[in-house]
Amino acid sequence: MLRNSYMEKDLKQFNMMVTGIGGQGLLTVLEIVSQAAMDQGYDIKTSELHGLSQRGGSVEVYIRFGKKVFSPLIPQGKADLIIGLEEQEALKGMYFSGPQTNFLVNKSIVPIPLKKPLKEEEVIKELKKVSKKILIVPAKDICKEKLGTDVVAGVYLLSLAVFKGIIPLKTETVLKAIKKVVSKKHLELNIKTFELAKR
Amino acid sequence: MQELLSKKPGKKILLGNEAICRGALEAGVQFVSTYPGTPASEIGNIFYGLTRGKNGKGLYFEFSTNEKIAMEAGMGASFSGLKTLVAMKNFGLNVCIDSLLPFVYTGAKGPFVLIVADDPSCHSSAQTEENTRPIASWAKIPVLEPSDPQECKDFVKFGFKLSEQFKIPVIVRTSTRVAHQKMPVVLEAMERSQKKVLGKFIKNPRQFITLPPRVLEMKNELLEKIERIRVFLEKSSLNRIEKGSDSKIGIITSAISYLYTKEALAELNLSLPVLKLGFFYPLPEEKIKAFIKGFKKVLIVEELEPFLEREVERLAKEVNCDLEILGKKLIPETGEMRPETVFSALARITGRKYKVPKNVQTLNPKRLPQLCAGCPYWSVIAAVKKAVDPEKVIFGGEIGCYMLFGNPPVNMQDYLFCMGSSIGIGHGIKKATGQKLIAFVGDSSFFHSGIPALVNAVFNKSNPLVIILNNETTAMTGHQPHPVSANSDTGIKIENVVRACGVKNVKTLDPLNQEEMVKTVKDFMAKKDVSVIIANRPCLFVKK
Repeated sequence: MLRNSYMEKDLKQFNMMVTGIGGQGLLTVLEIVSQAAMDQGYDIKTSELHGLSQRGGSVEVYIRFGKKVFSPLIPQGKADLIIGLEEQEALKGMYFSGPQTNFLVNKSIVPIPLKKPLKEEEVIKELKKVSKKILIVPAKDICKEKLGTDVVAGVYLLSLAVFKGIIPLKTETVLKAIKKVVSKKHLELNIKTFELAKR
Repeated sequence: MQELLSKKPGKKILLGNEAICRGALEAGVQFVSTYPGTPASEIGNIFYGLTRGKNGKGLYFEFSTNEKIAMEAGMGASFSGLKTLVAMKNFGLNVCIDSLLPFVYTGAKGPFVLIVADDPSCHSSAQTEENTRPIASWAKIPVLEPSDPQECKDFVKFGFKLSEQFKIPVIVRTSTRVAHQKMPVVLEAMERSQKKVLGKFIKNPRQFITLPPRVLEMKNELLEKIERIRVFLEKSSLNRIEKGSDSKIGIITSAISYLYTKEALAELNLSLPVLKLGFFYPLPEEKIKAFIKGFKKVLIVEELEPFLEREVERLAKEVNCDLEILGKKLIPETGEMRPETVFSALARITGRKYKVPKNVQTLNPKRLPQLCAGCPYWSVIAAVKKAVDPEKVIFGGEIGCYMLFGNPPVNMQDYLFCMGSSIGIGHGIKKATGQKLIAFVGDSSFFHSGIPALVNAVFNKSNPLVIILNNETTAMTGHQPHPVSANSDTGIKIENVVRACGVKNVKTLDPLNQEEMVKTVKDFMAKKDVSVIIANRPCLFVKK
C-alpha cells in the first residue's frame, strides 16, 4: 500500500505532520527529522505549539524540508506523510492530506473523556476518503514488548518510515540525528528503537 | 539550552524564541526581565537557565511578579545605562502600558528591546485574539516584525542598535507561528562580558520626570524623533522590495504572512513584486508610495485586523487614487493566517486557478486539555462539589491550569477573564446581586494582580469566598518560579499577605484533607465578610 516513490522524485518539498496527544514525544520526532534534513543539505521549517495544549490535549507538529521552504505550516492538502501516534488523532491530518499522503498510524486508541472512542475501522474508513495509503502499525505494542516502554512509539514509526523509504532521508543521517538530538540518558533506548524498526 | 552560548560559528536549528535569546546575547544584553506567558514563555526559561551557575556573570535575569513590574525593572536598568530586554505575551502589554507610554516619552538610556508575542487563533490564550499592532501609533513606539527565527535574531540585534541610536524603546512583535517556528539560524559572535553588571543612574530630571509642562515638550520631541526614524528607515533593507515581472499587481506584506505569500507565489507560479516590511511602525511611507504608484491593484497580506491596509489606503490617496486595495475583502480578520488563504486570495486577483481541496471529513474528535491525573486541583474540585450545590453558586475563574475547571466534567466556571479578575469581578457580582460566589485564583496570579482586588473587596465590604490554589509554581506556562514557589527564599507566606489585606476568615489547608476543606468551604460560605482558603499542595512537577 505504501509506495517507495520519494527517493527518486526531485525533492522540491517534503511535507510531514505528526499528530498525537501531549506527552507522546512529538517534539523529539520533530527534532530528529529536522536535524537529519539539515544534515542532508535541505532547507527546513517546522511549527509546533506549546502551553496548555500539552496537558493531555491534541497536539500536532509540522515539518517541511526541501530545496527552499518558506511556510512553517503545511498548505491544505499537501502533506506527504502523516505519522499518527493515536488513531483518532490521525484524523487531524486529513485537512492536510490528499491522494499522495502516506498515513503511518500507531495502533492505539486512547479514549477521549466523556466520548465514545472511535473504532479502528471507523478511523480507516474516514482516512480512506482522502488517501488509500494507510498503514496501521502496532508500534506501541512492539515497543512495549521489545523495549519495555511505548514512549518511543513515535521514533519507532519515524524509523519505520525511513526504512520503508517513504521519507526522503537516509538511514545513516537519521541515526546520526538521533545521536545529536536525543539526550544521553535516553540515547541507548532511542538507538535500539531505530534498530528495531529495521527488522 | 547551554548550546545557545555556543561560540562555534555555523548554523543551528533554533526556535523563534531561542533565536530571540541568541540575538540578545549576540547584542550583549545585560538585563532581562519577564513574566511568563505563552507564546513568549521560553524566553524567560532560557535566560533563567543561562543565568544560574557560572554562566550568569555579565547578565542579570528575573521573573518579575507581573509584566508591569518586569517593564519597570527593565526601565530602571535602561535608565542606569544597561542593555535591556523585557519579554511578555500580548496581554502582558496591557498590564504594563501605564509605564510603557511615559517611557516612550522619556526615551531609553541603555538600549531597550521589548518582545511582545501575539497568539492569533488563541492557541495558548483565553481572553481575546489581541493584536499588538495598534499600540505602535498610539504609544509612538517603533515596532519590528520578524517572519522567521533568523529574522528574530537579526531584528532583535537591529532593535538594540536602533534603540541605542535614537534613545527610544523598540518593540519586536512575534506571533505563535514565528515564536514557535524552527529553522537553521546563522550564529555570530556574542558580545558578552564576564564581569558582574553594574550600571549607574545619573540624575537627570529633564529626562526622567514626566510632569507638565515638560511632558508636552517631551511629546513634541518624540514626534520629531519618530519622524527622524521614519526617514532613517526609508533606506533600511529591513523594508525591501522583491522585484516581479508583473507591473499591474503588487503585494505588501510582513511577519508570518510574508512566508505564506512566498509560498503562494511559488504554488501559483506567479512573479509579482512584493514589498516586505520589517517595520510596522513607523512605516516607510515614501517607499510604499513609490511601490504602489504604478499598480492597478495591490494585495495587502496581513493577519488579523486591517491596520496596514488602512495605512496603504491613506497613502494611495496621495499617489494613486484609482488603486484597488484588496486585503480583508479576501482574507478573514479572525484566526491565524494560513498558506491556503493566501493561495486563494492571490488566485482570485490574478485569475489563476487554485482548487481548494475538498474537505470531506465527518469525524473529527476534539481532545480538550485536561488537568493532569493526580493534580492537586482535583481534590479542590471534589471538596467544593461536596460542600456546595454547584447550581446555586457562581464560580469565578481566571488564567492558569484551573481555567480547565470550565471544561466538562468539572463545569465549575461561570466567567473567565484576565489574571486577578476572578476576585475583582466577583466583588462586583456580590455587590450587585448578593448571590453566592467562589472566586478561584492561582498562587502566581494572586501575586500578579489578585492582591489589589482582595484589598478592594475588604475595603468595600463584599463577601466572596476566594480560594487561592497554591501549587508552588507558575504551572501552566512551564513551571516558572514566583514569590512563594517551592524554590524561592523570600519567606513570604500567602496567609500573612491575606491577613495583612484585612481578611479575617482565613484558613490554610491541604486539599487532600477533604473533611477539613469541605467543612471550611461550608463555614466560609456563610460569612458576612470576605473569606479566603489557601489550598496548599504542590503541582506534580514541582521538584523539592
